[in-house]
Amino acid sequence: MSVIAASESGQRLGVTQLRVINSEWVKFRSLRSTWWSVGIALLIAMGLGVLFSALRGHDMSVHGDIEPDQTALSLRGFYLAQLAVGVLGVLFVTGEYSTGMVRATLAAAPKRVPVWVAKAAVFTAALFVVSLAASFIAFLGGQALLHTYHLSGGGKFIVNNGGNVTTWGPDSVLGVSLGSPGALRAVFGAALYIVGVGLLGMGCGWIIRNTGGAIAALFGLLLVLPLLAQALPSSLQDHVSKYLPLLAGTAGMSTIRDTNQLGPWAGLGVFALYVVAALLAGVVVLRRRDA
Amino acid sequence: MIEAVGLTKRYGEKLAVDDLSFMVQPGVVTGFLGPNGSGKSTTMRMLLGLDRPTSGGATINGRPYEQLRAPLCEVGALLEARAIHTGRSARNHLVALAATHGIGKRRVDEVLDLVGLSHVAGKRAGGFSLGMGQRLGIASALLGDPHTLILDEPVNGLDPEGILWIRNLLRALAAEGRTVFVSSHLMSEMALTATHLIVVGQGRLIADASVAELTAASGGAVVRVRTEEAPRLRELLAADGVDVTSTERDLFTVTGLSSTQIGKVAAEARIALIELTPQQASLEEAFMELTRDAVEFGTPMAATTMEVAR
Repeated sequence: MSVIAASESGQRLGVTQLRVINSEWVKFRSLRSTWWSVGIALLIAMGLGVLFSALRGHDMSVHGDIEPDQTALSLRGFYLAQLAVGVLGVLFVTGEYSTGMVRATLAAAPKRVPVWVAKAAVFTAALFVVSLAASFIAFLGGQALLHTYHLSGGGKFIVNNGGNVTTWGPDSVLGVSLGSPGALRAVFGAALYIVGVGLLGMGCGWIIRNTGGAIAALFGLLLVLPLLAQALPSSLQDHVSKYLPLLAGTAGMSTIRDTNQLGPWAGLGVFALYVVAALLAGVVVLRRRDA
Repeated sequence: MIEAVGLTKRYGEKLAVDDLSFMVQPGVVTGFLGPNGSGKSTTMRMLLGLDRPTSGGATINGRPYEQLRAPLCEVGALLEARAIHTGRSARNHLVALAATHGIGKRRVDEVLDLVGLSHVAGKRAGGFSLGMGQRLGIASALLGDPHTLILDEPVNGLDPEGILWIRNLLRALAAEGRTVFVSSHLMSEMALTATHLIVVGQGRLIADASVAELTAASGGAVVRVRTEEAPRLRELLAADGVDVTSTERDLFTVTGLSSTQIGKVAAEARIALIELTPQQASLEEAFMELTRDAVEFGTPMAATTMEVAR
């Protein structure tokens, strides 16, 4: 047995934040479930975006009813893709607890905060890159398809988007470009939102540790909460709903401001607060409780 | 060196570990022996900073585990429940752990080779047998070439071949001068591998002594004597504090005299000895004697969960 006093690069052996990040990166990419989740999420985000664009484009060319936010139309696949990314975020943490791996992880890197930082950093970096790519492809693919359709004759539509007035007349070619108002921001917004969903899942994972429980918490928070809010008196409903994670987080994905939604950046900001709160609660639990 | 001072862990009403203090010295295999549920695993998790003690503390080479800068290079640990993600290959599992310390892939291949898993390094750990999982656990414990090893029930559930492998490995590691701290509820296993024993029952320290001291303390040494002139020799040996019992005409056992003393007496009387064998009280007997109190005054559970090795 050889005594290894120094790493192969000649540096001193020991735990550093960068090395823990490297370790989490190895863990992240060495599981099949990662590739499945990412693959399915990409396929849904791009495939559905393009599919919806084609269907609605055809519809508009036949019935002449304009879809005002054609950017959001091509990004609609992200609503389903968030399930796969959310589950991946949960599993990245709870997989360690269900298999007992967390004890090996914390025996190798006994300080817990660096492990928490590393997991969040690896997940954010990896998912942001692929989500942004998916978002661009969904937008460009969707708009290219829309571009093959003409609005059917008859109607004339004026879309007023916060002062930016677009007029759709008979025989206008459908589809918008990346340069049109809010389009590029929406493309980034979709990627930011879906990464946020994954991080929210990680937060739930750190707090609950159990895969089923954490997934239930995540999607209860995202999908069930807005439904519950509908039970509120209507005067209160709109004020509450727009601050819930789903509506706040997806505000950045549209180019036309819905009066019941926060502005794009305000919405993403509120959503970020949920994500940060969940992750901070997670690190408190991680530090306090026995592994 | 491992040191525990007043280590205590309370789960609600139950004291899993009760004011445990001990030292594990380098250079020998130290057995951590106790019935199931006596707090061994909890103690080991506290040594590794995974569980927080209710009071007291533990240090490795003078520092708490979580303050070690390169823990894998000082302490290698094998934990009872498999601490391996079932979906990851053996090699990637080790590469990920090694990465936290900047340990290279060459070392990963080295430890895979050492535990005999090279041929399945790319296979997912979820498909591993208990023995292969245990080998992978040992491989991760050896990654940083640590001077101290903490192994929780390493032979648990292994087949005879696996048990023999672990036993030889532990001996080899100790022979290299490492500190080896191994828990077990099997006394016979400890008798074969350990030099020193820390015995616990119901979370409390029962004994902290060498295997030789423990066996000597339980009734002392017995010498088996076979001679054709048994009655004459028995007469010559009779004295205060010497006890002779016989089961056959030519055969008797003596307590209270060493084999040297018996041999000299026989030689002076010109009695031919056919057999003269010093016999150790078995470690199992010593263990039963030691834990009897802990079991008697404890819950009936502790008595029923105690497994006695054959």
